[in-house]
Amino acid sequence: MFHFSNIVRTKSDPKIIEGGPSLKRPADQLARALGWFSIGLGVVELLAPRRVTETLGMEGNETMVRAFGIREIMAGIMSLSVDKNAGLWARVGGDGLDAAALLSGLTGDNPKKGNIALALLMVGGIAMLDYRAAQDTKPRRPARDARRKLFPNRSGYPKGLEGARGAARQIAANAAKSPSLNPT
Amino acid sequence: MKALVWHGKEDIRCDTVTDPEIQDPRDAIIKVTSCAICGSDLHLFHNFIPGMLPGDIMGHETMGEVVEVGSGVDGKIKKGDRVVVPFTIICGECEQCKRGNFSVCETTNRKRHLADKVFGHTTAGLFGYTHLTGGYPGGQAEYLRVPYADATHIKVPAGIPDEQLLFLSDIFPTGWQAAVQCDIEPTDRVAIWGCGPVGQMAIRSAILLGANQVIAIDCLPERLSMAEAGGATTINFETESVVERLNELTDGKGPEKCIDCAGMEAHVMASQPDTLLDRAKQMVMLENDRPHVLREMIYVCRPGGIISVAGVYSGLSDMLPMGAFMNKGLTMRTGQTHVNRWTDDLLRRIEQGEIDPSFVITHTVPLEQGPEMYQVFRDKRDSCIKVVLKP
Repeated sequence: MFHFSNIVRTKSDPKIIEGGPSLKRPADQLARALGWFSIGLGVVELLAPRRVTETLGMEGNETMVRAFGIREIMAGIMSLSVDKNAGLWARVGGDGLDAAALLSGLTGDNPKKGNIALALLMVGGIAMLDYRAAQDTKPRRPARDARRKLFPNRSGYPKGLEGARGAARQIAANAAKSPSLNPT
Repeated sequence: MKALVWHGKEDIRCDTVTDPEIQDPRDAIIKVTSCAICGSDLHLFHNFIPGMLPGDIMGHETMGEVVEVGSGVDGKIKKGDRVVVPFTIICGECEQCKRGNFSVCETTNRKRHLADKVFGHTTAGLFGYTHLTGGYPGGQAEYLRVPYADATHIKVPAGIPDEQLLFLSDIFPTGWQAAVQCDIEPTDRVAIWGCGPVGQMAIRSAILLGANQVIAIDCLPERLSMAEAGGATTINFETESVVERLNELTDGKGPEKCIDCAGMEAHVMASQPDTLLDRAKQMVMLENDRPHVLREMIYVCRPGGIISVAGVYSGLSDMLPMGAFMNKGLTMRTGQTHVNRWTDDLLRRIEQGEIDPSFVITHTVPLEQGPEMYQVFRDKRDSCIKVVLKP
């Protein structure tokens, strides 16, 4: 990418000769892929719900499919953001909802129940990836009850806090005496 | 040379890049001896501020030794001089510079057409801080080209360690300006939101400027303990109500002066639903900032008081209580720091031992470890408050 962005740099601005290691882990790449997949699926569900319900033999559930589409898009956006872990857990929850909805259509009189079984298999596979990515992108912030270093001796005033307050009082007193700073 | 380079959201790498060269007679090249990661670098790390491009060098807190000067520098700095580099690039000649409004220098933003469109009028060029402010390569590197170097420098004496001087580049004058903007009087109670590096400097600045009481607000024990050491009364917003506690500490009147050192990435928590809504809107690009602190300051500030904003905001902020702001007759003062307006005074205070800004440093590591330190700083791991990098 930086080869393209070099177009906007002046001739003598530094340019990359050799790239260093990236901070991105494979789990971050997986989260990104799942995020875009979620948005893509969501757009299909939102814009073509009838195609989805017909494929699954679940006609009449278009509103639910649209709602699921919005949920997929939101979870996808979250998975692409800095809060990707929350987005991936939202996707894991969404996978559960998808599975429950599909199971409700898996009835004996549904002529497309083969498609539903296939869809269930796919949801299962994706759910495993979602779970794996969610586990691997857990925020590395310390727990709230983790032991922290404290800095009770770092006042920053070499002459002490009272010295700093005293100097400020002295300046204020001098300013009060100075006629130039106190126009009448 | 080695440099920390932005490759995308949460992706900063230590790359090998070409050395900077003199481009203009007023340029100088410095060999960086120390640089630091700023809290506002995290906004770029998260890609919350638009205008970064892959290949941009990070960093705007830098100092070092002059190794080359252009022909137009006119003796104002010379090879071998030790300088701190202010994060704002200034020409020293335009009307704003002559007034001391250095952060809105009208000359130095070389991509002013972008700034004119986004901000209405251009502001100064900044090091390592998006193409909106000139796209200048930053100082988290072994060498840095300083444009307009005859004006853009703070000459510092030998004999004082880098650690005491480095923060003249940004966080010390930023905390100082935040406090000065409050017109602090000896009876004032000053509340400061955010006890990161700028917040810590604002606490000390308010004390040095004679505030009656300084109240610091954060949720991290290490930051609160450092704030207490600096003379502040502390409020942990995760365990106490900020509004209730501030009113309690000020006889129900509210603090006369409020300083925002948190900025656009206010802490998100369920007990403050506005932060959740802001985060959701920020995610879908319906809002740029999470202005919870601004809302709280307007609500709790004593009528007739002053609100000073040092924390960085990038664009649009929703649901600001302008009714309260107007009816309470509050004054808001903001701005990127006019670094060179304050640094003579601050350098004198360091030399006289009034303050030693190195108190804020918790981590010093080689430049090569910079990328992982961005994560450590962001995640508040290892009680990290301020990272200094050594090229």
